[in-house]
Amino acid sequence: MAQKLKRIIATDCGSTTTKSILIEFVDGEYRQTIRGEAPTTVEKPLNDVTRGVVNAVTELEELARLKYGDDSISFIKDENIWLSEKENEGVDAYISTSSAGGGLQMMVTGVVAAMTGESAERAALGAGAIVMDLIASNDKRPNHEKIERIRNLRPDMILMAGGVDGGTTKHVAELAELVGAADPKPRLGSSYKLPVIYAGNNKARDIIKDTLADKTDLIITENLRPVLESENLGPARDKIHDLFMEHVMAQAPGYSKLMSWAKGPKDGKLVNIPIMPTPAAVGNIMQTIAKIEDIEVLGVDIGGATTDVFSVFTKDKIFNRTVSANLGMSYSISNVLATAGLDEILRWVPFDINESELRNMIKNKMIRPTTIPQKLEELILEQAIAKEALKYAFIQHKEFAVGLKGGQVKKDISEAFSTKTSGQSIVNMMTLDLLVGSGGVLSHAPRRNQSMMMVIDSFLPEGITKIAVDSIFMMPQLGVLAEISEKAATEVFEKDCLVHLGTCVAPVGKIKPNKIALSAKIELPNGEIFEENLLAGGLKLIPLGVGEIAKATLKPGKGLDIGAGKNQEIIAELTGGVVGIVLDTRGRRPFTLDRNTENRVQLLKKWMKEMQVYPESTYQM
Amino acid sequence: MAQAYSPGLKCTENIILKKDRILPIKGKVKVKKGDKVVASDVVAETLLPGKVIPFNLANKLGIAPNLLEKYLKVKAGDTLEKGQTLAQTNGFFGLFKTEIKSPIDGEIENISKITGQMLLREPRIPIQVKAFIDGIVVEVIEEEGVIIENQSAYIQGIFGIGGETTGEIKMLISSPEEEIKPNQIDESCKDKIVVCGSLVSFDVIKKCQKVGVAGIITGGIDDHDLKKLLGYNIGVAITGHEEIGLSIVVTEGFGKINMSHKGFELLKKFNGHKASIHGITQIRAGVMRPEIIIPIKMTDEAVEKKAEMATLEIGTTIRVIRQPNFGLIGKVTALPEKLTKVESETMVRILEAKLENGETITIPRANVEVIES
Repeated sequence: MAQKLKRIIATDCGSTTTKSILIEFVDGEYRQTIRGEAPTTVEKPLNDVTRGVVNAVTELEELARLKYGDDSISFIKDENIWLSEKENEGVDAYISTSSAGGGLQMMVTGVVAAMTGESAERAALGAGAIVMDLIASNDKRPNHEKIERIRNLRPDMILMAGGVDGGTTKHVAELAELVGAADPKPRLGSSYKLPVIYAGNNKARDIIKDTLADKTDLIITENLRPVLESENLGPARDKIHDLFMEHVMAQAPGYSKLMSWAKGPKDGKLVNIPIMPTPAAVGNIMQTIAKIEDIEVLGVDIGGATTDVFSVFTKDKIFNRTVSANLGMSYSISNVLATAGLDEILRWVPFDINESELRNMIKNKMIRPTTIPQKLEELILEQAIAKEALKYAFIQHKEFAVGLKGGQVKKDISEAFSTKTSGQSIVNMMTLDLLVGSGGVLSHAPRRNQSMMMVIDSFLPEGITKIAVDSIFMMPQLGVLAEISEKAATEVFEKDCLVHLGTCVAPVGKIKPNKIALSAKIELPNGEIFEENLLAGGLKLIPLGVGEIAKATLKPGKGLDIGAGKNQEIIAELTGGVVGIVLDTRGRRPFTLDRNTENRVQLLKKWMKEMQVYPESTYQM
Repeated sequence: MAQAYSPGLKCTENIILKKDRILPIKGKVKVKKGDKVVASDVVAETLLPGKVIPFNLANKLGIAPNLLEKYLKVKAGDTLEKGQTLAQTNGFFGLFKTEIKSPIDGEIENISKITGQMLLREPRIPIQVKAFIDGIVVEVIEEEGVIIENQSAYIQGIFGIGGETTGEIKMLISSPEEEIKPNQIDESCKDKIVVCGSLVSFDVIKKCQKVGVAGIITGGIDDHDLKKLLGYNIGVAITGHEEIGLSIVVTEGFGKINMSHKGFELLKKFNGHKASIHGITQIRAGVMRPEIIIPIKMTDEAVEKKAEMATLEIGTTIRVIRQPNFGLIGKVTALPEKLTKVESETMVRILEAKLENGETITIPRANVEVIES
């Protein structure tokens, strides 16, 4: 069917802006050709999300007419998006994601917080929700507090897990009683019952029905943790998506109309394509890319209020998503300071600043989030804050993206004496292939080198890692596009969505000052050969353009590892980008910055200069 | 055309204002359409369901949950008094009886045979919604609340703390640049809304708390002082729930920043008038800013101004809202269309302006706000 799709419109209805993109089949491949945007109109005075969508699509239409010099191009007919199966008329598919009105807000329950509770959280996050709270039998809060909490939260829906199939039912019953006693009301109005999904012990289903069927809109699905050793998150996630459409979205102004517009061809027929929660769509495209290219991917989206981290790791392509609800660059910027502390932020700043001045600057950014750093100093400070926000969001992600806890770990003979236990993080920076950053501070940094530096400093990639940024944050639209055409989604992802920054090479292990950390021989496509023994504590930038490949022989210093084991040489192909190849010998596990301010500032300036992060004047500050 | 949109905070002498006064859950509306109300009037009230207290009866009796029914002295739905017997075992030959009594007044919500848990509910909690502003009830939303309308002088703040309060406006400054000292706060400030100048210090706020000031209006506040006052760092911009005995409305931002001339003149004009203020701030979708509402006499002339978009044009008065030149006022002299590189190398749409001090500046359009004339 994919060949028949010639023109697709995709929109992402955010809280403030509705972004539209046009994807066209040109010269045998799918490309994103035009983009537009308009303010979201879900709130007063317009109270109809489709108005913003029509405005954003009208902009696409006008730009398309200009681009092709053809006034007959039309995407809107009778104030609807025009879907037509005829050539050169309307579009072939319209799809959309949405995070307007605060996205999907959920509460989850489980018996043991670290086991079924965590699985329920993973299912909800994977479905694109913000998890407002996890209530578990063992979470140490007294029951009356839990009831109060459930009552005050007003989520869009509740996901209840608990117990393995056939196990004890008492605890699950108790949780259901708490939910029943709280009699929670949905966030978007009291005209309908709160949807509750039960995905726990199958033996307790009747008890749950007795307790909750009258008070809530109860939906029962397969246990998301049927045995301790494995999860079955799919059915619960699907139910979350169904309910998001049927209940949550249907309550939001204009969404019924929007849902009827979203259509595309599937198996030869024009069918409705569900509107996805924006983060679920981002997760979808990341999983699609990881599967098709057989790589491990880590993605981050740093916004004004929250930072989302997505990852696909291990050969089984396990997907995880976390939302750091209070780490962001405007609305939550002050919380980054509260979380990281002043010293952690200032360690990235190569000049002195008065504490009170910095505090006031951060707060002023919080209350006037749309302002832009005009002074270089302020840009450097904002980027320092971004590094810490990203670092903490990633720490939270690593703690969450773990193997299942509580099950038995199968050990082979080689691991018989190891201390490996269940519940270890599956995030492995050494095996990671691609790191993608998005969000204003990364996508719109004045120099791409700044984005590269922020990503490297906060995520500390190990071994060989490709780094890219999402040019205009079109991952959400591509995620939902993947539902009707994986080919279109992946082609656009590779060609138009990603801006390849380059590759980072970083040996891991405790580095020793003034010792060789990396011996590199890099054969560049123009015939030049870079050959150098790099001392510990440095950064080296080697320009290598987008689409170019360099052959590298990399030998880590004594006791260090570049991916093949300690002291083992690697021959690899390094991919270029708008920044190039970065050889980072500053150390990993641990990565430390000199405590002495004078030394640290000197080093920061040296690295920034080498990476051409800021204008020359910075280094005279 | 050289024109662009740039939002500014409202500051106007005469506006028709409508306020929704809505209950959190359905209840009873106490006034009717056309009623005149004052800020302290209760316009709607309801009863919130009482707290639920789980009580593991089976455990306390030392029996299996499925046997609980046998010993119960009450049933679901019963009204309870504190000390009333909930359940009692027979004991041996009438001895060693175990009797469990209700720890609260209230009612029984549920008794579970599976977990042996009894859910007790405390009596309902009354909650009231007040008018907050003097005005007329123009609409009653059955069982939910009312919409109140009045004619007011109106100033939006940029940030605030503390909830709704009312009081008389008391000017403590004679110019917007002034910064007041703690000794300027005395008994005459009790229950008043005091207008301070460019910065309110921790010591001044403390003194205000001591004498019982209702509210503070200030140009700027130091974040360090705010932290000291609240005992914690404000992480995300959702405020208004702070209980510090008074409300603070900051009109300009953090640090020492002169109050806008227009805001200052307006407050000066209404010195001694009753005002309703709140510090409720929320900066994300559904933005909420603190407000200063000074009801004025209804006149026939007042017409509700349609929400107009403030536009940037040559000659528009603007205020700088970020460093450098934060807080300064000027007039737009040019609006170049092309993206321009500023010091931080960011490519932005800029404007040129002549500041009140005579200096000409180039600044990102995102870093100014329009001052409505």
